[in-house]
Parts: sequence; structure tokens; C-alpha cells
Amino acid sequence: MSQYYLNYLDELESEAIYILREVWAQFQNPVILFSGGKDSILVTHLARKAFYPSKIPFSLMHVDTGHNFPEALQFRDNLAVKLGVNLIVGSVQKSIDTGRVAEEKGKNATRNALQITTLLDAIEEHKVDCAIGGGRRDEEKARAKERFFSHRDDFGQWDPKNQRPELWNLLNGKHFEGEHFRAFPISNWTEMDVWNYLTREKIEIPSLYLAHEREVVWRNDTWIPNSAFLKLEPNEEIVKKKIRFRTLGDITITGGIESDADTMEKIVEEVSTMRQTERGNRSDDKRSETAMEDRKKEGYF
Amino acid sequence: MQIDKNQLLRFTTAGSVDDGKSTLIGRLLYDSKSIFEDQLSAVENTSKQKGIEGVDLALFTDGLKDEREQGITIDVAYRYFTTPKRKFIIADTPGHVQYTRNMVTGASTANAAILLIDARNGVIEQTKRHAYIASLLQIPHVIVCINKMDLVEYKEEVYNDIIIQFEEFSSKLYMKDVRYVPISALNGDNVVNRSENMDWYQSSPLLNLLETLHISSDINKIDARFPVQTVLRPQRDEFRDYRGYAGRIASGVYRVGDEVVVLPSGFTSKIQSINAGDKQVEEAFAPMSISMTLEDDIDISRGDMILRKNNQPDASQEFDVMMCWLNDTPAQDRAKYTIMHTSNEQKAMIKEVIYKVDVNTYNRITEDKNLNRNDIFRAKIRTTKPLMIDPYKSNRITGSIILINDQTKETVAAGMII
Repeated sequence: MSQYYLNYLDELESEAIYILREVWAQFQNPVILFSGGKDSILVTHLARKAFYPSKIPFSLMHVDTGHNFPEALQFRDNLAVKLGVNLIVGSVQKSIDTGRVAEEKGKNATRNALQITTLLDAIEEHKVDCAIGGGRRDEEKARAKERFFSHRDDFGQWDPKNQRPELWNLLNGKHFEGEHFRAFPISNWTEMDVWNYLTREKIEIPSLYLAHEREVVWRNDTWIPNSAFLKLEPNEEIVKKKIRFRTLGDITITGGIESDADTMEKIVEEVSTMRQTERGNRSDDKRSETAMEDRKKEGYF
Repeated sequence: MQIDKNQLLRFTTAGSVDDGKSTLIGRLLYDSKSIFEDQLSAVENTSKQKGIEGVDLALFTDGLKDEREQGITIDVAYRYFTTPKRKFIIADTPGHVQYTRNMVTGASTANAAILLIDARNGVIEQTKRHAYIASLLQIPHVIVCINKMDLVEYKEEVYNDIIIQFEEFSSKLYMKDVRYVPISALNGDNVVNRSENMDWYQSSPLLNLLETLHISSDINKIDARFPVQTVLRPQRDEFRDYRGYAGRIASGVYRVGDEVVVLPSGFTSKIQSINAGDKQVEEAFAPMSISMTLEDDIDISRGDMILRKNNQPDASQEFDVMMCWLNDTPAQDRAKYTIMHTSNEQKAMIKEVIYKVDVNTYNRITEDKNLNRNDIFRAKIRTTKPLMIDPYKSNRITGSIILINDQTKETVAAGMII
């Protein structure tokens, strides 16, 4: 090595590892918020590198909406076993059954907002003082304002106008009892960076991200997958298409795109020419101009 | 794209709506094809609602609800774009004096600063303030964009006059590398594409400049500084006696076999192995996150620094710092704080405020020493135990500190060690 500089992926990796180690050093009981999506898989992989040869010192915490892609759940369980980490599952269904939250009504009802209560309950129950997330600043304009270490008050709320300044690499995770932090080690990664890195490192992801023949229905300008939760409207019909998903969320609202990208390399190529943002297929973000900001203030990821 | 060689460049843009800062960022994103269709159509709709013909590029940098309502940037917003040559992170900060702290924050990690000057107005108070912050935070490269050239008929004299004005006042500042580009963000002249209206300008358009700035030497590769973040002790049989000292190299290069000294204990040893993630490497350099093992079993914990014997920082309990007060609550006289310096934490007090700086005129103020939000000042700091410090000028990581108020747990001040 004659020239001492890092390429941008190595620099992003180094930054993320630094943040993960800082979380470990500054908090008592941190967890990784794990959805089974590519971003939380990436964070978990980075945590493995950060603490090697030790095991990942964090539990994985999954907020289960009950509306999952079955494959994502399988993937989650396998990964936890493979890495030897503890898995905590917070169940939205349980929150509904115990009356903590009520199911939304209407045609476009989702369990998206209900996750907030389940998440905050799980954080409280397990005395979590830092929840590590795979949020990226390029995803959405409210996320563009997130800190690496993002303070939450004792109601789990985010105050975007009163955030702690973060200078150089000095991260302040000090907090009062009952408050917690969210940490975002891959803040500075874009969707493209994530795909390039996953490909380079040969990291396994759920095959839902790869194009495959799938049963879908056209709704809200996107291809919604067939599932046990799908109720067909009179004018709708299930068709077979070659589909892949750019994000994995609540199965009832996460739309797929028509694609031929059935290898990681093809995805990288496809994403680089993609003209729609990743969350463009998530109807939870389309509800209003500030949908994400509003949910985040309440305690969303 | 040759991803394996592309570097990351972080730059900051300070400015207000009137300089065309948002338009410039919008132009960079738009012309470098970093805007997605759904973002574009959202902006087209809003432009139409506001009665603007075509696309208002400034809308691409819209942020939080309050910011949209007031048409300003309140906080630091980060934006991303990539060209075939580099990945860029923009720290977009507001430009008014009441947001000095945000500018300081955005500048702290930047490789480059873009300063915008309205060609019609030339150098104004705000230009001086932004230049001061760029120099205070030692941003290695400064690019002065003389914007709105279309409104001065693309005249070379206007451009040259402004350069003279800028050089005159900035001679008082410490800036290593300053470039000038005449642009029109609104029309796209010299932003991504070379202007056809200014054939007298022979150098690179802005984007090309950003793509080619030499940033590899911005990080100090001479003074080896490795602050220990945490110690890895795997509870596994095959690694029974393993103690990995994990951290991010602040500066310099480390090789297996190097003789090292650990501060503050002063114990010496040799580097036995270096790990980057799960791979063993022979050498590692800043800003890599690594873990290393030493040949001898010595007591090392978070906050210690692993160094070369013949190149050590100062172990000091009292030192001078240029600071920015960040918090809404003013500083209390002789109040105690927690000081964070690399991975080290101590108690500290501001022993003396030496002077405050008027960031518009660079004058030193010695009669009023009250510290309020956004104040830049020089102070003497005393800590309970020595910190291993370098001057900020030679090391941005081991030369910087923050102060935390123990009552509120908030970060109240940031400082650069002199």
C-alpha cells in the first residue's frame, strides 16, 4: 500500500464501526433495531466487524407488525442463531390484543404508526438505553437532520429543533434515567453505497430483494404482494410479475417494482439508473409532506 | 464507476437564501443527476403552487416543517451526491449570525468550504464571518464562488475586483488553499458545466474542482495517534488471552512490530497484530477503525492513547482553546463541565475567558466576557487530570474538545486547542 487513503466505502465502514464502538462504550444496554431489511442487516454485519473476534455485544430487537414477509422472519431467526446473538421481539399484535393501541380503520389502514407504541414499550421493558437503527439521511428529509447519537426524552420523543450539536467525532450519549438514544451508524450511506457494500462484502440478504416471479396486485401506483392479509377490492386482480422489493416493510403496504435484477450485481446496476427514490413505494411516507417527521417526533425509527 | 478508488469529500456551504445557496445545491444535485423523479415532481408541484415558472431549484434542499414554513435552514442538513469520480457529503448550514454554532458544527468535519458571494454586492459582513469560521475550523480547502454573474453581465472586472477584496481581508486569516470560481447557480454557468458566457475564465467549473481537490494529504499521516475506544476480550476458548485495543486511528500510520508507548501509564510494548474488521493487516493508517494487540500484557483502557515513543502529544492540565458557545444557557462563572477529548473524559472548568471575537470584524473584545450562544472566544481551560493534546492546527481529532453540562447533559461548547 503506497498511498495512505481510504476509498469512500472503507471510510463509511470505518465511521460506522467507530460509532458502534462508541455506543458500546457509552451505554449500558444497547440493542440493534432489526427489521430483516438490508439496512439493519448491514448494521449487524458492521457490528460483527466492529467487535471481532468478540461476539456482537448487542441484542437484536425486532418490532413485529404481524404483517411480515414470512421470508424476512426466517432470515431474522437464522441470522440471530448464526451470530449467536439474543433476539428480542416486540409484537404489535400483542399491543393490539392488550388494548395498548387500536388498529387503524379504512382501506389504506396500516400498522405502521402502531409500531411506535410497541417499540417504546419494548425499549422500556428491556431497559434499553440506546437503540441502534439503520436509518440513513438520504432516505427522507426528516432523516436528513438526524444526528449519529439522537436524543429521545422519557416519552421517547424527538425534538428536531433542539438536537445536540455533533462536532468532529465527539459523540455525547449522556442522558437521564428513563431517556434513551437512537444511534445511526450508517447515516452517511446512500442506497447506492449500501448496495455496493453488500455486493463487495458478499453479505447475504433475503431473496425478496432479488427479482423473482411473484403474485402481486396493482394498488396505490405500486405492486403490492399477495399475502394472507391482502383483501382484494372489486376492481383488483392478482397477477404474476417479475418483481423485486427495494425496501421490506409492512407487507400490506410495501410495493415492489418490476425488475430483471436477480443478482446483486444487476441490482447495483439497476439502482444506479433508478429514477425513483427508495421509499417512493412506501405508502406510509406518502400520507403527507411531513409524514416521516411527524412519526419520528413521536418516537418512530 | 471505479468504486475501489473513489474518495469521499465532505464540504460545507454556508449562506442565506439571498446568496443563492439553496439554488447552488439544487443545481449541483440536478445537473449531476442526483435528483429522483418523485423528488422532481414534488418540487415541480410546489413550484407551481408558489407561482414559480419551471423548477425552483432551491426547493430541493427543503427540510423540516418549520424550515419550509419560514423558508430558512435552521439546522445542519446533510445531502449526498455521487459522480463517477467521487462521493460527496454536503453539510448545508444556515448563514446568519444567530446560526454561527450550526456553521461551526458543519465545518468541523469538512474537507472543503464553499463561500458564496453575490457578484452585485461583493464582500459583505457575512462573507467575512463565513471565511472566519472556515479558517477557525481549519477547513483545508476554501472555494469562493462569485455567484449571480449573470446579473453583472458576466464581467471579468467584477470577478477580479471581488478577488482583490477577498484577498485583502482574508490575509488576516489562516487559509491554506483558496480558489475562486465565477458562477451563475440559477443558469448553471460554471457549476457542473463550463460557462459559455465567461470564456475569460480558464480554470475548472465548481464540480470539476470538487472532484479533483487533493484531499489525501489533509489527514496528518506523520504523528501516530491511536485513542483506545474500548477493549475487546472475547469469551471464547480460541481467544482466551486475547486483548484487542479497538479504536479509530486519529492520525499517522501503525505497523505490526512497531515499538509503542501507552499514555498516561508510560508502559512500552510492541504491536503484535492489527485487525481491520475480521482481517489481519500489516499496517493501518488514519482514519481506519482497527483493533490491535500488543506483545506485553499491560493494563490499557478507554481514554488511553497508544503512540510512538519519540512522537508524543503534550500531557497537559491547563491549555488555551478557541471555543464556540453552543448552548442557549449562557456560561456560568467558573462552572465545572465534563470535557470530552478523543475517547477520554474528565472534569474541567473554564478558568479564564481571555477575549471574545467579533466574527464580522475580527476585533477582539476584552471588556465583555459573558458567554452567550454563538460566541467565539479564547479561554484557558483546566482539567482534573492531564489530557494528551495536540494543537488543532496539526491534528483535528486530538486537538478538539467539547464541554458537557452535567446538569442538563447537553453539549454546551466546542473547542480547538491552540
